[in-house]
Amino acid sequence: MYRKMVQIRHFEDHAAEAYAQAKVGGFLHLYIGEEAVAVGAVAAVREDDHILGHYRDHGYALARGCDVKACMAELFGRETGLCHGRGGSMHLADATKHFWGGHAIVGSHIPIGAGMAYAMQYREEPLVVLDFFGDGATGNGIFHEGLNMAALWNLPVVFICENNLYGMGATLAEESPVSDMMIKAEGYTMPAVQCDGMDVLSVYGAVQQAAEHCRSGKGPFFVEAMTYRFRGHSMADPELYRDKEEVRRWRELDPIPRFGDFLVQHRITSPQELAEVNEEVEAEMLEAVRFADDSPWPDPDSVDRWIYAKPINPEAPEEAPSMAGDPAGAAT
Amino acid sequence: MAELTYREAVRSAMREEMRSDPRVILMGESITGYGGSYAVTKGLVEEFGPKRVMETPIAEAGIVGFAVGAAMGGLRPVAELMTVNFALLALDQIVNSAAKFHYMFGGQWSVPLVVRTVSGFGQLGPTHSQTFEGWFASVPGLKVVMPATPADAKGLLLAAIRDPDPVIFIEHSLLYSTKGEVPEQEGLEVPIGRAAVVREGTDVTLVGYSRMLLQALHAAEVLEREDGVSCEVIDLRTLRPLDYPTVVGSVARTHRLVLCGEDWRTGGFGGSLLSEIQDRSFDDLDAPIARVAMRDIPLPYSRKLEQQLIPASQQIVEAVRRMS
Ligand SMILES: Cc1ncc(C[n+]2csc(CCOP(=O)(O)OP(=O)(O)O)c2C)c(N)n1
Ligand SMILES: [Mg+2]
Repeated sequence: MYRKMVQIRHFEDHAAEAYAQAKVGGFLHLYIGEEAVAVGAVAAVREDDHILGHYRDHGYALARGCDVKACMAELFGRETGLCHGRGGSMHLADATKHFWGGHAIVGSHIPIGAGMAYAMQYREEPLVVLDFFGDGATGNGIFHEGLNMAALWNLPVVFICENNLYGMGATLAEESPVSDMMIKAEGYTMPAVQCDGMDVLSVYGAVQQAAEHCRSGKGPFFVEAMTYRFRGHSMADPELYRDKEEVRRWRELDPIPRFGDFLVQHRITSPQELAEVNEEVEAEMLEAVRFADDSPWPDPDSVDRWIYAKPINPEAPEEAPSMAGDPAGAAT
Repeated sequence: MAELTYREAVRSAMREEMRSDPRVILMGESITGYGGSYAVTKGLVEEFGPKRVMETPIAEAGIVGFAVGAAMGGLRPVAELMTVNFALLALDQIVNSAAKFHYMFGGQWSVPLVVRTVSGFGQLGPTHSQTFEGWFASVPGLKVVMPATPADAKGLLLAAIRDPDPVIFIEHSLLYSTKGEVPEQEGLEVPIGRAAVVREGTDVTLVGYSRMLLQALHAAEVLEREDGVSCEVIDLRTLRPLDYPTVVGSVARTHRLVLCGEDWRTGGFGGSLLSEIQDRSFDDLDAPIARVAMRDIPLPYSRKLEQQLIPASQQIVEAVRRMS
C-alpha cells in the first residue's frame, strides 16, 4: 500500500509537470493528499470486485494496478493510452482490471455502480462494486436516485464519499446543510461509517467491513473518508477560496510519511527500504513519461472508430435480416 | 401472419426475447402491477417475475444510469421511460453515459441498452405533448428508432434488444391501438438503419416516420384521388443511422420531396434531414424541399387549439399542391 501511494504521488507530480509543459491538456485533477483513500479501499477488496470513480481518477487506476505507462500515455493523448487517447485524464478505464472508469459528470456513475451491482446480484456472483465520488456529488439528484435504488434492491455496492471539504470552489458549508455526508445515507437506511482518509489503515478497515457486509447479501454500505486535496481542484484553480494555513495544517497529515512512519515504528520496514521504494517509483515514472512522450499519436483515420460496437452503414446495406442474437456479453 | 396491435407487437418482442435470453430485463415506472402507463408491459411480471420486470422509483436519470450499469455488468436492460417528456430528466445519462462509453473508453466495452419511450399528444398540455427525436438523433453513439407499424415495432425492438449499442426506441401513443399484420415466426428482426418504400409513386416523395407515416399515406391517397398525383411514400423507421440512399434514390425518380415530422420546425429532425438531402440531391430536385412540422408553439390543452397545431395529412396535401 505504501508503494501504491508513492506511485500515485509521483505520477501526479509528473502529470503536473507535463501539464505545465503543455504535453497534457484539458482538465487535470490531481489526487495529491487523497492517496490513502483509493489505495486503502482498493486493497480491502478482491481483484475482481468492480470499481467506478469520478474524474479525479488517476488514484483509482493506479491503486487497481492499471499499467502506469498506459495511464500516462492517456494523459498525453497517445494511441498507447489506456483508452487510446479518446478519454484523457478524466476518463481512464481498464475493463480487464474491472475498473470501469473515471466519470466526469458529477454523480453520474452512482446509479451506474448500482446497476452493475444488480448484474452481480442477478447472477448470484459474490462480487461488490466500489463507487467513489466527492462531497460535492451528494448535492446532485442523481446521488439520491442511486442510493435510493441501491437500498431499495439491497445491492452489493460500497459508496465511498471522499469528503475533501470542497466541491471545486464551494466549501462544505456552501454546498450542504450537513458537513458529515454519511448522514445522507441514513434516509436510505444504509449503514454508514466515517474513516480517516489520511490514514490508509483506517480506510482499509472501513472498506473491508463495508465490503463484507455487501458480500454477505446485506445490501449497500456508505463509507465517508475525511480527506483533503493538497493542490487546487484542477490545474486551472487559483485557490482563492481557502487559506494557506488550512492547507499547511492538512499537509502535516500527509498519508504517505504517516504510513511510512507507522511501518518503521512497527519494524515492518526500514527507512532505507522506504527510500528505495521512492527511488524505484521515481524511475518507473520517468520511464512512463518517456514512454508517453515517445508514443505515437492516434491515426487521424481512426477518429471515427468506436462510435458504435456494431456500426451500421446504410450507405452500404447488406441483404438478409439476421435472426441471430449477439452471443457475447457487454464486455469485450 | 397474425394481426396484432402496435401495443401487442411491442410486448411480444419483449416477451420473445426474454424467453430466449435470460440476460434481458425490463425496468420502469409502474410497469408491473399497473402494466405500464400505456399497458405495454401488461402480464410480463406475471410471466417473468419481479427480478426481470423491475418496478422502479420515479427517477428517470437513475433508471437509465442503473440500466447502463446493468448493461455493463452483462445484462440486456430495456428501460421504459413513461413518455419522452420525462426522458429529458435522463438526457445526461443517455448522452453522457450510454452514448459515450464505447468511444471514450477506447472500445473496451459497449452499452447494450434499449430505452423505450413514447411520444404523442391528446389534450395533455404543453409539458406532456412533446417529441424530441431530433435531439436524440443528433448524438453520435445512439441509434434512434421510431416504428410506424406493428410489424416494424416488433422486428425493430427485437433488433434493438440484441444490438450491442444503446438504442432509443420511441413509440407513439396514438399508434398503440392500430393493427397490422405481423410475421408469426418468432425472433424475426427488422434491421436497424433501413428505411422502407411503403408506397411506390412517380411524382413526389413523402418521407415520414411513426405517426406521420400514416399521415403521409393518407395524404398520398387524397392526392391520387383528387389531383391525380402519384406519391412515393418512405418510412424512415430508423432516424440514426439514417438510410439516405433510399431517400436519395427516390428523389432521383420523383424530383420532389416533402419531409413530414411532428416535432418543432426550429431544430426539429426534418431540418438536418433537409440539409443533407439538399446536399446530396440538389441536381435532382425540381422544387425546394418542403417540410411539414409543428409550429414553434407549446402544444396547448384546449382541443380546438391543439388540433389547429398538430401536423396532419391535410398539411402534407397542401405542401404538395404548393409545389406544382
Ligand atoms: C453535473 C456536473 N456539474 C458540474 C461539473 C463541474 N465540476 C467538476 S468537478 C466539480 C466539483 C465536484 O466536487 P466533489 O464532488 O466534492 O469532488 P472533488 O473534486 O472535490 O473530488 C464540479 C462542480 C461537472 N463536471 N458535472
Ligand atoms: Mg470535494
